[in-house]
Amino acid sequence: MSLRDRLFGRERRSAQTARKRLQLVLIHDRAGLSPGTLDALKDDLVAAISRHVDIDASGVHVTLRSDRDKQRLVADIPLAPSRERRRELG
Amino acid sequence: MTAKVVTITSGKGGVGKTTATANIGAALAAVGHPTVCIDADIGLRNLDVVMGLENRIVYDLVDVIEGRCKLRQAMIKDKRVADLYLIPAAQTRDKTSVSPQDMIRLCDELRSHCAWIIIDSPAGIERGFRNAIAPADLVLIITNPEISAVRDADRIIGLIEAEGKGPGKLIINRVKPEMVKRGDMLGEDDILDVLAIELIGLVPEDDRVITAANQGTPVALDDGSRSGSAFRDIARRLDGEDVPFPPLDGQVGLLERIARLVRPGGE
Repeated sequence: MSLRDRLFGRERRSAQTARKRLQLVLIHDRAGLSPGTLDALKDDLVAAISRHVDIDASGVHVTLRSDRDKQRLVADIPLAPSRERRRELG
Repeated sequence: MTAKVVTITSGKGGVGKTTATANIGAALAAVGHPTVCIDADIGLRNLDVVMGLENRIVYDLVDVIEGRCKLRQAMIKDKRVADLYLIPAAQTRDKTSVSPQDMIRLCDELRSHCAWIIIDSPAGIERGFRNAIAPADLVLIITNPEISAVRDADRIIGLIEAEGKGPGKLIINRVKPEMVKRGDMLGEDDILDVLAIELIGLVPEDDRVITAANQGTPVALDDGSRSGSAFRDIARRLDGEDVPFPPLDGQVGLLERIARLVRPGGE
Protein backbone atom coordinates (compact mmCIF):
# COMPACT_ATOMS: atom_id res chain seq x y z
CA MET A 1 0.00 0.00 0.00
CA SER A 2 1.46 3.38 -0.96
CA LEU A 3 1.84 6.20 1.50
CA ARG A 4 -0.78 8.20 -0.40
CA ASP A 5 -3.32 5.38 -0.16
CA ARG A 6 -2.54 5.10 3.50
CA LEU A 7 -2.99 8.83 4.12
CA PHE A 8 -6.31 8.91 2.32
CA GLY A 9 -7.44 5.62 3.85
CA ARG A 10 -8.21 4.19 0.41
CA GLU A 11 -7.28 0.66 1.30
CA ARG A 12 -8.58 -1.21 4.31
CA ARG A 13 -5.95 -2.43 6.76
CA SER A 14 -5.48 -6.14 6.33
CA ALA A 15 -6.56 -7.01 9.89
CA GLN A 16 -9.99 -5.58 9.12
CA THR A 17 -10.23 -7.75 6.00
CA ALA A 18 -9.08 -10.76 8.06
CA ARG A 19 -11.75 -10.07 10.69
CA LYS A 20 -14.55 -9.94 8.08
CA ARG A 21 -13.34 -13.07 6.27
CA LEU A 22 -12.90 -14.95 9.54
CA GLN A 23 -16.41 -14.08 10.71
CA LEU A 24 -17.89 -15.26 7.43
CA VAL A 25 -15.91 -18.49 7.28
CA LEU A 26 -16.85 -19.35 10.89
CA ILE A 27 -20.54 -18.70 10.24
CA HIS A 28 -20.44 -21.24 7.40
CA ASP A 29 -18.25 -23.74 9.31
CA ARG A 30 -20.45 -23.71 12.39
CA ALA A 31 -23.63 -24.17 10.40
CA GLY A 32 -22.04 -26.92 8.30
CA LEU A 33 -23.26 -25.07 5.19
CA SER A 34 -20.71 -24.07 2.57
CA PRO A 35 -21.44 -21.13 0.28
CA GLY A 36 -21.97 -23.64 -2.56
CA THR A 37 -24.58 -25.60 -0.56
CA LEU A 38 -26.27 -22.35 0.26
CA ASP A 39 -26.55 -21.56 -3.47
CA ALA A 40 -28.07 -24.99 -4.14
CA LEU A 41 -30.49 -24.42 -1.26
CA LYS A 42 -31.45 -21.09 -2.76
CA ASP A 43 -32.24 -22.69 -6.14
CA ASP A 44 -34.41 -25.35 -4.45
CA LEU A 45 -36.15 -22.68 -2.43
CA VAL A 46 -36.90 -20.61 -5.51
CA ALA A 47 -38.28 -23.68 -7.31
CA ALA A 48 -40.46 -24.74 -4.34
CA ILE A 49 -41.88 -21.31 -3.64
CA SER A 50 -42.48 -20.56 -7.33
CA ARG A 51 -44.94 -23.47 -7.41
CA HIS A 52 -47.18 -21.55 -5.03
CA VAL A 53 -46.56 -17.89 -5.65
CA ASP A 54 -44.89 -15.68 -8.24
CA ILE A 55 -41.56 -14.44 -6.97
CA ASP A 56 -38.85 -12.23 -8.33
CA ALA A 57 -36.18 -14.98 -8.57
CA SER A 58 -33.35 -12.58 -9.36
CA GLY A 59 -33.86 -10.72 -6.10
CA VAL A 60 -33.73 -13.78 -3.80
CA HIS A 61 -31.02 -13.70 -1.13
CA VAL A 62 -30.29 -16.61 1.21
CA THR A 63 -27.70 -15.84 3.87
CA LEU A 64 -26.45 -17.14 7.19
CA ARG A 65 -26.45 -14.77 10.09
CA SER A 66 -24.95 -15.20 13.48
CA ASP A 67 -26.23 -13.61 16.67
CA ARG A 68 -24.51 -14.18 20.00
CA ASP A 69 -25.17 -17.91 20.15
CA LYS A 70 -27.77 -18.65 17.48
CA GLN A 71 -27.18 -19.25 13.80
CA ARG A 72 -29.94 -18.07 11.55
CA LEU A 73 -30.71 -18.92 7.96
CA VAL A 74 -32.29 -15.81 6.46
CA ALA A 75 -34.12 -15.88 3.14
CA ASP A 76 -35.21 -12.64 1.57
CA ILE A 77 -37.70 -13.49 -1.18
CA PRO A 78 -39.29 -10.58 -3.03
CA LEU A 79 -42.69 -11.39 -4.57
CA ALA A 80 -43.30 -10.50 -8.18
CA PRO A 81 -45.79 -7.63 -8.36
CA SER A 82 -49.21 -9.31 -8.70
CA ARG A 83 -51.21 -8.82 -11.92
CA GLU A 84 -54.20 -7.46 -10.02
CA ARG A 85 -52.14 -4.86 -8.25
CA ARG A 86 -50.32 -3.98 -11.44
CA ARG A 87 -53.69 -3.35 -13.07
CA GLU A 88 -54.81 -1.18 -10.15
CA LEU A 89 -51.63 0.84 -10.30
CA GLY A 90 -51.83 1.14 -14.05
CA MET B 1 -0.40 -35.31 45.40
CA THR B 2 -3.05 -35.55 42.69
CA ALA B 3 -1.92 -34.20 39.38
CA LYS B 4 -4.04 -32.06 37.14
CA VAL B 5 -3.91 -33.16 33.50
CA VAL B 6 -3.65 -30.36 30.94
CA THR B 7 -3.69 -31.11 27.20
CA ILE B 8 -2.37 -28.59 24.70
CA THR B 9 -3.94 -28.84 21.27
CA SER B 10 -4.66 -26.72 18.20
CA GLY B 11 -6.06 -28.53 15.18
CA LYS B 12 -3.68 -26.73 12.87
CA GLY B 13 -0.04 -27.78 12.87
CA GLY B 14 2.86 -25.46 13.47
CA VAL B 15 1.17 -22.99 15.80
CA GLY B 16 3.31 -23.82 18.85
CA LYS B 17 1.84 -26.79 20.72
CA THR B 18 5.20 -28.40 21.43
CA THR B 19 6.87 -25.13 22.37
CA ALA B 20 3.98 -24.31 24.71
CA THR B 21 4.08 -27.78 26.31
CA ALA B 22 7.83 -27.60 26.96
CA ASN B 23 7.65 -24.08 28.33
CA ILE B 24 4.57 -24.38 30.51
CA GLY B 25 5.97 -27.66 31.88
CA ALA B 26 9.34 -26.05 32.61
CA ALA B 27 7.72 -22.98 34.19
CA LEU B 28 5.57 -25.12 36.51
CA ALA B 29 8.50 -27.33 37.53
CA ALA B 30 10.80 -24.32 38.00
CA VAL B 31 8.58 -23.04 40.81
CA GLY B 32 8.62 -26.42 42.51
CA HIS B 33 5.64 -28.33 41.09
CA PRO B 34 6.62 -31.85 40.03
CA THR B 35 5.58 -31.96 36.36
CA VAL B 36 5.50 -34.66 33.69
CA CYS B 37 5.29 -33.68 30.01
CA ILE B 38 3.92 -36.36 27.69
CA ASP B 39 4.50 -36.31 23.93
CA ALA B 40 1.32 -37.83 22.48
CA ASP B 41 2.39 -37.29 18.89
CA ILE B 42 3.21 -40.94 18.17
CA GLY B 43 5.35 -41.30 15.05
CA LEU B 44 6.30 -37.61 14.93
CA ARG B 45 8.19 -37.19 18.18
CA ASN B 46 9.41 -33.63 18.81
CA LEU B 47 8.97 -32.63 22.42
CA ASP B 48 12.23 -34.46 23.26
CA VAL B 49 14.34 -32.17 21.03
CA VAL B 50 12.59 -28.98 22.17
CA MET B 51 13.35 -29.97 25.77
CA GLY B 52 16.89 -31.04 24.84
CA LEU B 53 16.44 -34.62 26.07
CA GLU B 54 16.64 -36.52 22.78
CA ASN B 55 19.87 -38.31 23.73
CA ARG B 56 18.46 -39.78 26.92
CA ILE B 57 15.55 -41.74 25.49
CA VAL B 58 15.53 -45.44 26.24
CA TYR B 59 11.84 -46.25 26.58
CA ASP B 60 8.79 -44.41 25.24
CA LEU B 61 5.04 -44.02 25.70
CA VAL B 62 4.17 -47.13 23.67
CA ASP B 63 6.71 -49.21 25.65
CA VAL B 64 4.87 -48.26 28.85
CA ILE B 65 1.45 -48.96 27.38
CA GLU B 66 2.50 -52.33 25.98
CA GLY B 67 4.17 -53.30 29.25
CA ARG B 68 7.79 -53.47 28.04
CA CYS B 69 8.93 -51.16 30.84
CA LYS B 70 7.80 -49.61 34.10
CA LEU B 71 6.29 -46.13 33.96
CA ARG B 72 9.21 -44.82 35.99
CA GLN B 73 11.72 -46.12 33.41
CA ALA B 74 10.13 -44.11 30.59
CA MET B 75 10.20 -40.86 32.59
CA ILE B 76 13.28 -38.90 31.52
CA LYS B 77 14.53 -36.46 34.11
CA ASP B 78 15.21 -32.95 32.80
CA LYS B 79 18.81 -31.72 32.72
CA ARG B 80 18.21 -28.33 34.30
CA VAL B 81 14.95 -28.31 36.20
CA ALA B 82 14.50 -30.67 39.12
CA ASP B 83 11.02 -32.22 39.20
CA LEU B 84 10.55 -31.98 35.42
CA TYR B 85 10.09 -35.21 33.45
CA LEU B 86 9.36 -36.19 29.88
CA ILE B 87 7.62 -39.29 28.58
CA PRO B 88 8.58 -39.30 24.89
CA ALA B 89 6.43 -40.50 22.03
CA ALA B 90 7.38 -43.60 20.06
CA GLN B 91 8.95 -42.65 16.76
CA THR B 92 8.52 -45.87 14.84
CA ARG B 93 4.87 -46.59 15.59
CA ASP B 94 1.61 -44.87 14.68
CA LYS B 95 -1.34 -43.40 16.54
CA THR B 96 -3.28 -46.63 16.55
CA SER B 97 -0.76 -48.18 19.00
CA VAL B 98 -2.43 -46.11 21.73
CA SER B 99 -6.10 -45.85 22.67
CA PRO B 100 -7.88 -43.12 24.68
CA GLN B 101 -8.35 -45.70 27.49
CA ASP B 102 -4.59 -46.36 27.51
CA MET B 103 -3.95 -42.64 28.01
CA ILE B 104 -6.49 -42.41 30.82
CA ARG B 105 -4.94 -45.44 32.56
CA LEU B 106 -1.41 -44.06 32.18
CA CYS B 107 -2.34 -40.64 33.56
CA ASP B 108 -4.25 -42.18 36.45
CA GLU B 109 -1.11 -44.09 37.39
CA LEU B 110 0.96 -40.89 37.16
CA ARG B 111 -1.42 -38.64 39.06
CA SER B 112 -0.26 -39.62 42.53
CA HIS B 113 3.40 -38.97 41.64
CA CYS B 114 3.27 -35.38 40.41
CA ALA B 115 1.34 -32.10 40.50
CA TRP B 116 0.94 -31.48 36.77
CA ILE B 117 0.77 -33.62 33.65
CA ILE B 118 1.08 -31.62 30.44
CA ILE B 119 0.20 -33.48 27.21
CA ASP B 120 1.42 -32.33 23.80
CA SER B 121 -1.31 -33.26 21.32
CA PRO B 122 -0.65 -34.04 17.66
CA ALA B 123 -2.19 -31.77 15.02
CA GLY B 124 -5.41 -32.89 13.42
CA ILE B 125 -8.74 -34.11 14.77
CA GLU B 126 -8.25 -37.86 14.46
CA ARG B 127 -7.18 -40.65 16.80
CA GLY B 128 -4.06 -38.89 18.11
CA PHE B 129 -6.07 -35.86 19.14
CA ARG B 130 -8.68 -38.05 20.85
CA ASN B 131 -5.92 -39.93 22.70
CA ALA B 132 -4.44 -36.65 23.91
CA ILE B 133 -7.65 -35.13 25.24
CA ALA B 134 -9.10 -38.32 26.79
CA PRO B 135 -7.34 -37.94 30.18
CA ALA B 136 -7.49 -34.11 30.26
CA ASP B 137 -8.95 -32.16 33.17
CA LEU B 138 -8.38 -29.00 31.16
CA VAL B 139 -7.72 -28.43 27.47
CA LEU B 140 -5.68 -25.46 26.29
CA ILE B 141 -6.26 -24.52 22.67
CA ILE B 142 -3.38 -22.69 21.05
CA THR B 143 -3.72 -20.52 17.96
CA ASN B 144 -1.87 -17.85 15.98
CA PRO B 145 -3.41 -14.52 14.93
CA GLU B 146 -4.16 -15.86 11.44
CA ILE B 147 -7.49 -16.76 9.86
CA SER B 148 -6.53 -20.38 9.17
CA ALA B 149 -5.34 -21.08 12.72
CA VAL B 150 -8.33 -19.35 14.34
CA ARG B 151 -10.71 -21.26 12.09
CA ASP B 152 -9.16 -24.58 13.17
CA ALA B 153 -9.25 -23.46 16.81
CA ASP B 154 -12.99 -22.86 16.45
CA ARG B 155 -13.46 -26.39 15.15
CA ILE B 156 -11.38 -27.84 17.99
CA ILE B 157 -13.35 -25.88 20.59
CA GLY B 158 -16.53 -27.46 19.20
CA LEU B 159 -15.03 -30.98 19.28
CA ILE B 160 -13.78 -30.53 22.84
CA GLU B 161 -17.23 -29.48 23.96
CA ALA B 162 -18.77 -32.46 22.16
CA GLU B 163 -16.37 -34.76 24.07
CA GLY B 164 -17.43 -33.20 27.36
CA LYS B 165 -13.97 -31.67 27.87
CA GLY B 166 -15.02 -28.03 27.53
CA PRO B 167 -14.79 -25.20 28.05
CA GLY B 168 -11.13 -25.00 27.20
CA LYS B 169 -8.91 -21.97 27.52
CA LEU B 170 -7.10 -20.14 24.74
CA ILE B 171 -3.44 -19.28 24.15
CA ILE B 172 -2.73 -16.82 21.35
CA ASN B 173 0.84 -17.43 20.23
CA ARG B 174 3.25 -15.48 18.01
CA VAL B 175 1.53 -12.12 18.31
CA LYS B 176 3.43 -9.27 16.69
CA PRO B 177 2.41 -6.19 18.70
CA GLU B 178 3.75 -3.80 16.04
CA MET B 179 1.54 -5.38 13.37
CA VAL B 180 -1.53 -5.45 15.62
CA LYS B 181 -0.96 -1.79 16.44
CA ARG B 182 -0.86 -0.74 12.81
CA GLY B 183 -3.91 -2.81 11.97
CA ASP B 184 -2.22 -5.55 9.99
CA MET B 185 -2.72 -8.46 12.40
CA LEU B 186 -5.76 -9.80 14.24
CA GLY B 187 -5.64 -8.65 17.84
CA GLU B 188 -6.69 -10.61 20.91
CA ASP B 189 -10.07 -8.82 21.00
CA ASP B 190 -10.85 -9.83 17.40
CA ILE B 191 -10.04 -13.47 18.16
CA LEU B 192 -11.81 -13.66 21.54
CA ASP B 193 -14.84 -12.00 19.98
CA VAL B 194 -15.38 -14.80 17.45
CA LEU B 195 -14.21 -17.74 19.58
CA ALA B 196 -16.00 -16.75 22.82
CA ILE B 197 -13.52 -18.56 25.08
CA GLU B 198 -11.45 -17.55 28.08
CA LEU B 199 -7.91 -16.34 27.36
CA ILE B 200 -5.11 -17.86 29.45
CA GLY B 201 -2.06 -16.73 27.49
CA LEU B 202 -0.90 -14.06 25.08
CA VAL B 203 2.57 -14.88 23.78
CA PRO B 204 4.47 -12.40 21.64
CA GLU B 205 6.57 -13.48 18.67
CA ASP B 206 10.11 -13.91 19.89
CA ASP B 207 13.31 -14.94 18.09
CA ARG B 208 14.52 -16.43 21.33
CA VAL B 209 12.03 -19.29 20.96
CA ILE B 210 14.09 -20.43 17.98
CA THR B 211 17.49 -19.93 19.60
CA ALA B 212 16.23 -21.68 22.74
CA ALA B 213 14.93 -24.60 20.68
CA ASN B 214 18.29 -24.75 18.88
CA GLN B 215 19.90 -25.32 22.23
CA GLY B 216 17.18 -27.48 23.71
CA THR B 217 16.49 -25.05 26.57
CA PRO B 218 12.91 -23.91 27.17
CA VAL B 219 12.63 -20.13 26.74
CA ALA B 220 10.55 -20.00 29.95
CA LEU B 221 13.81 -20.45 31.87
CA ASP B 222 15.22 -17.28 30.24
CA ASP B 223 14.36 -14.35 32.51
CA GLY B 224 15.01 -11.76 29.83
CA SER B 225 12.76 -13.21 27.13
CA ARG B 226 9.33 -11.70 26.47
CA SER B 227 7.79 -14.98 25.33
CA GLY B 228 9.37 -16.78 28.28
CA SER B 229 7.68 -14.34 30.62
CA ALA B 230 4.33 -14.94 28.84
CA PHE B 231 4.74 -18.72 29.32
CA ARG B 232 5.59 -18.23 33.01
CA ASP B 233 2.40 -16.16 33.33
CA ILE B 234 0.37 -19.02 31.82
CA ALA B 235 1.85 -21.43 34.39
CA ARG B 236 0.89 -19.06 37.22
CA ARG B 237 -2.66 -18.69 35.87
CA LEU B 238 -2.97 -22.50 35.66
CA ASP B 239 -1.93 -22.60 39.29
CA GLY B 240 -4.86 -20.35 40.15
CA GLU B 241 -3.03 -17.05 40.44
CA ASP B 242 -4.74 -13.97 39.05
CA VAL B 243 -2.06 -12.62 36.73
CA PRO B 244 -3.03 -9.56 34.68
CA PHE B 245 -2.13 -9.56 30.99
CA PRO B 246 0.71 -7.09 30.52
CA PRO B 247 0.05 -4.75 27.58
CA LEU B 248 1.91 -5.95 24.50
CA ASP B 249 4.10 -3.01 23.68
CA GLY B 250 4.61 -2.32 20.00
CA GLN B 251 7.53 -0.04 20.74
CA VAL B 252 10.94 -1.59 20.83
CA GLY B 253 12.74 -0.29 23.88
CA LEU B 254 16.08 1.46 23.59
CA LEU B 255 17.89 -1.24 25.54
CA GLU B 256 16.44 -4.02 23.42
CA ARG B 257 17.34 -2.10 20.25
CA ILE B 258 20.94 -1.82 21.39
CA ALA B 259 20.94 -5.49 22.39
CA ARG B 260 19.69 -6.41 18.92
CA LEU B 261 22.49 -4.40 17.31
CA VAL B 262 25.07 -6.15 19.41
CA ARG B 263 23.54 -9.61 19.03
CA PRO B 264 21.70 -9.80 15.72
CA GLY B 265 20.56 -13.37 16.41
CA GLY B 266 18.52 -12.14 19.34
CA GLU B 267 20.16 -14.79 21.48
